[in-house]
Amino acid sequence: MLPYVLSLPALLVCIGILIPFVTAVIYSFQRYRLSQPWSRQFNWGENYYNFLFNDPGFWNTLKISLLYAGITVTLELLLGLGIALLLQKRSRVNNFISIMLLLPLMIAPALAALMWKLMTNPGFGILSYLASSIGLHDFRWASSPDTALLTVVLVDIWVYTPFIMILLLAGLRSLPTQPFEAAALDGVPRTFVFFRITLPMLTPYILTATLFRLLDSIQQFDIIYAMTQGGPGNALTVFQVEAYLNFFQSTNVGRSAALMVILWAITYLLSNIFIKNWLRLRERARGEV
Amino acid sequence: METTSTLEKSLRFLALSLVVIFFMFPIFWIFLMSFQTNETILQIPPSIVFTPTLSNYAALITGKLTTSAGTLDIAFMRNLGNSVFLSVTSVALSLVLGVPAAYAFARHKFRGSEDIAFTLLSFRFAPPLLVLLPLTQYFQWLGLSDTYVGLIWVYQLICLPLILWIVRGYFEDISADVEYAYRIAGHSWFATFRKIALPLAGPGIAAAGLLAFIFAWNNFVFALVLASADKQPVTVGALAFVTSSGIQYGQIASAIVLSVTPTLALALYAQRYLVEGLSLGAVKG
Repeated sequence: MLPYVLSLPALLVCIGILIPFVTAVIYSFQRYRLSQPWSRQFNWGENYYNFLFNDPGFWNTLKISLLYAGITVTLELLLGLGIALLLQKRSRVNNFISIMLLLPLMIAPALAALMWKLMTNPGFGILSYLASSIGLHDFRWASSPDTALLTVVLVDIWVYTPFIMILLLAGLRSLPTQPFEAAALDGVPRTFVFFRITLPMLTPYILTATLFRLLDSIQQFDIIYAMTQGGPGNALTVFQVEAYLNFFQSTNVGRSAALMVILWAITYLLSNIFIKNWLRLRERARGEV
Repeated sequence: METTSTLEKSLRFLALSLVVIFFMFPIFWIFLMSFQTNETILQIPPSIVFTPTLSNYAALITGKLTTSAGTLDIAFMRNLGNSVFLSVTSVALSLVLGVPAAYAFARHKFRGSEDIAFTLLSFRFAPPLLVLLPLTQYFQWLGLSDTYVGLIWVYQLICLPLILWIVRGYFEDISADVEYAYRIAGHSWFATFRKIALPLAGPGIAAAGLLAFIFAWNNFVFALVLASADKQPVTVGALAFVTSSGIQYGQIASAIVLSVTPTLALALYAQRYLVEGLSLGAVKG
């Protein structure tokens, strides 16, 4: 009896979330605009049908979201792995640097975006100044549709690369030393050691870090909204930004909800992959396998 | 590794220096900017030599901005206070609800326990706006919109899964034998939980609490959707601040510095636990 009582609050929170969740799914099957509440009605999935056949905005959202997630996660993974390898050896300097590098991760992403906004301000931003001093005059960072994606990706990399770095560093330092000693004794070339020993042994950590980042990145809202509010134009209207603007600006609740349901389906698929892999990892970490 | 050449050493040094510059420079630069007036910020080329001033911080703390157009009231300190209040109460509530639940999940494998735990975990990965948008309407019906109670309730979505999963991992790592022995000696279930299990999992609970605090503090979207100006935390408040007229760039910078200092300090203090916490225990630090 007792365990049920103790887990009751957790259960209640679950229910408290599931109710709005179900509501959102219902909305997504309705023609529902806050500006025209009288015309609210069930519309047989018309919102989804529109996505497929007459809504270029949706395809733009899907494209930008996938592009954003793909670019940020790939770059962060490469950079994070590189930094983790540089810091692998335990020394006072390396430990100090690895702690310092965590700081961007601890800054609220919305505030990090604000910091970069100050640094890329065309009037006085240090980065605008640096860009013009290497010949890129009138480089407008987030305010030009050509470079807006690049700018928010840069902020995302600044905030989240430390996340991958710290996970992979923990992984690298926990690897058994014998295979490396044996390889060194046999004079195995270091590229071979890296691709045939280090990388395979590190794979579980890489997978965990990648899936965590992928799930967050495809849902990115804070950085993009704080930096450009989805603009300029519709250059950065990723899923959550588009849904937010739909709800609060065009008051199209039905479309907004349908967008969120699709994003949820994507993350659900990804997180199922993640949870399975993660359970195995946890068991292995406890030595149960 | 012993056979590293001088060339390789200098390359590694160069690479590490670039990494440190890239990740540290923005913090350093904004910190400097927070002690500057508009005149020194706007000068070209930018310089790191200037006479530092505390006027930006003074303006934020007193809440009075003197501009050419007159005096302007800013609510930044109120936002900061909201952040402290919302984060502290949310984490406290989460600990009270989450730690006993985590213990139950770790010690008693009852029917549905895994389902509840995984449902909670999956919220960590669900798009927040999916739940938040309908919630704005429910909150209006319930009279919870733009109240601290409503915000603290929603903040449980951030804090509770984090605390439940991290603390559960810590309880599972503690052998139950000591607890059995204590129970057999005639002590109640609650006494066992309080006297044996809680102290043993203490560091884990502290780490989970600190991380939950950082996440709550850094949250943006929940308060953006559900709170109006006088209930907003710094993450949302600072954004509105930027677009208000008559603001000085140095004041934005010092607002950022004040807003990030608490989480940076906590992170440095709790860095030992960050790996486990951030990966929900999937990777041991």
